[in-house]
Amino acid sequence: MADESLSERLRPYRVLLASRARAQMQYRASFVTDILGTVGVGLAEFAEVWVIFHNVDVLGGLDFTAALLVFALSNLAFSLADMFVGHLDQLPRFIRAGQVDAFYVRPLPLLAQLMTSDLSLRRVGRLAVALVALTVALVTAPIAWSAATVALIVLTVVSGTAIFSALFTAAGGLQFFLVDGSEFTNAFTYGGSYAAQQSQQVFPGPLRIFWTFVAPTAFVAYIPAVAVLGLPGDRLAPHWLAWCTPLAALLAWAIAGLCWRLGTRHYQGAGG
Amino acid sequence: MRTFWLLVRAGFRRHSTYRLALLAGVTTNSVFGFIRASVLLAALASAGSAIGGYDAPTALAFVWWGQALLGTVNLWGFAEVKDRVRTGDIAVDFLRPVDPQMAYLAGDLGRAGINLVGRGVPAILLGGLLFDLAWPPSALSWVAGAVSVVLAVVVAFAGNFVINLLAFWLVEIRGITLLWMITGGLLCGLYLPVPWFPTWLRTIANWSPFPSMLQNPIDILAGRVVGTDIASAVAVQVFWAVALLGLGQLVLRAGRRRLEVQGG
Repeated sequence: MADESLSERLRPYRVLLASRARAQMQYRASFVTDILGTVGVGLAEFAEVWVIFHNVDVLGGLDFTAALLVFALSNLAFSLADMFVGHLDQLPRFIRAGQVDAFYVRPLPLLAQLMTSDLSLRRVGRLAVALVALTVALVTAPIAWSAATVALIVLTVVSGTAIFSALFTAAGGLQFFLVDGSEFTNAFTYGGSYAAQQSQQVFPGPLRIFWTFVAPTAFVAYIPAVAVLGLPGDRLAPHWLAWCTPLAALLAWAIAGLCWRLGTRHYQGAGG
Repeated sequence: MRTFWLLVRAGFRRHSTYRLALLAGVTTNSVFGFIRASVLLAALASAGSAIGGYDAPTALAFVWWGQALLGTVNLWGFAEVKDRVRTGDIAVDFLRPVDPQMAYLAGDLGRAGINLVGRGVPAILLGGLLFDLAWPPSALSWVAGAVSVVLAVVVAFAGNFVINLLAFWLVEIRGITLLWMITGGLLCGLYLPVPWFPTWLRTIANWSPFPSMLQNPIDILAGRVVGTDIASAVAVQVFWAVALLGLGQLVLRAGRRRLEVQGG
């Protein structure tokens, strides 16, 4: 068994994910409605940014194009994370119904099973909105293109997705304690996503520290965007900090791992 | 009337069981309150003057009343009636000696009550403690604001009830629910005040029932709408409450004729 190759070990997950994807395509009309729905969510989020800039020219040191870039990067990362692990949100329902025990008897790790228990393809709607916004922002913004810029953007999207996935996982771990209070964790998953799409300069000091070091969503969009656009003026977001985004993702995953471990240790089973 | 009141109390008690959920709601609403307050204050600072009649204290009041009333007014809708239509359980509701719409309205008012006490009051107190927000300028504003909140709950309920009843004709109403939630969320004045919208969007919002669900009570409580304007804000809400409840009755009757429940 020791020489079992990696691709062989990942096979069950591939099969699971493919089956989830196929299942969603079965009800074509319902699937299309869902996608249109997430497009709508993305557009509504964008409308908020757009309405503000209808009234002001600059918000938190960013003009519309810069704000669009921040909006696009955070939405892109959030919708990717939401697609892969957003369904960890359903955990309280599984816990209450005693269905977690059913996952435990299967020969795969719990977290891996839950993550592959769904692949929310309908989120491509919001993803599409984010991609369009990103394209428009990158084309219209005055960016000094170089290989480093491209690398930074790719790095940001990957790390940002990892950060949001970590937040969802941390929230999942805490659900084992909260159960009825499941909404507590929305404060930093959905709240984090809302904070990520703002210019961090709007926040007072303590809140900025929170979104940078505790739930590091400032790294998802704002800090990299400042570096990509070469914006001066924010002492707390020097351009080199943008390259620390993977570190923020590591930090987030360390916390997430801890929360998940504590949660599963605490879980006693549904009994019966 | 006595039955109605009993049902309101039952709704209140039913939703007060989950106290931890109420506390969780307060926490999440407050986090969003902090973020949105920061954004609006930054926008006002950037504009250098009031925007759409909002200065810093009224904008803060807008944010925190919005977060406080979010749990009270059922903006995101409910699925109970839709599920009962689909399973056929709605037939049981028809057999009862109270009108189904009134029975569900009573339950929703009870739900709104506990959410106002357990979720709204702590959120607005926290907002008031940490920020310098505008309080209702007079006793009249408090009273009219309270009436306006009740009307907002009724309008939101009545609208959602009609949406739920569409399940009589459609197998899956998820798409319509989503559309209702997205347009409603944007136009009701939860994210940003309706007066900040560009003219065309503001016109659409003002012709829709959505501002009656949140923007109107907030404006009265924040003191942005005063004097005789209060009367017209409340009158618009009364119009939408009556219109949507009436529409609900028509749809309910049509659905009742169509309903066919199998089994014995």
